Amino acid sequence: MSYEERGTWVYLVVSAGVYAAYVAVVLAGGVHPLAESDYQVPLLVSIGAAMVAAIVLRIVMEIAAGVVRGGQAGTDPLRADARDREIDRLGTLRTWWVVAAGALAALVMALAEWPPFWIANVIYLGFVLQAVSSSIVKLAAYRRGL
Amino acid sequence: MVKPTRVTNHIRALRFEHGEMTQAQLADALGVTRQTVIAIEQGRYSPSLEMAFQIAAVFGVTLDAVFQYPGAGS
Repeated sequence: MSYEERGTWVYLVVSAGVYAAYVAVVLAGGVHPLAESDYQVPLLVSIGAAMVAAIVLRIVMEIAAGVVRGGQAGTDPLRADARDREIDRLGTLRTWWVVAAGALAALVMALAEWPPFWIANVIYLGFVLQAVSSSIVKLAAYRRGL
Repeated sequence: MVKPTRVTNHIRALRFEHGEMTQAQLADALGVTRQTVIAIEQGRYSPSLEMAFQIAAVFGVTLDAVFQYPGAGS
């Protein structure tokens, strides 16, 4: 598994995991109606936590990869090559519409004067779904080919 | 195994003809990862034209000695 593929796994796990934790925290508040929940702090914290978790998990994964290699330095460069860049482009091209759909939904909800809770959350969900779907497309390309 | 490309190649044979060159050595010569060399060898990735020429240059052969396409030249 190449350096960039390991990074894609980290991105997928962190994106899905942190969002699941965010949803769990908001739902645990038990506020009815849900739109009156204090979601702002958990949402901002989850974005920050995702960045930190991605860095930490990346380091842990590289250490684990080193252990698997028996402490030997890897022969592969720790940067993207032509294939990595093509796979990254494919992932973005096939899933950009997910973010666009989230933004469009948020626009319609804002025009219809929905509560800010739903508007913010549909945008956040759009970003998370794009992150998850692009990671899946990229991992499929790594495994099955371009 | 899924083969998204119809392009075939003789890279594996050429590596062995050139002092049993490893995939890692070829990857190093091309500036790519070993996984990319594996993907090209297995037909899971068609390299760019530029990389194809680089591969041919590493082995000192012409492009069509490395890569083949069904129906080409017929």
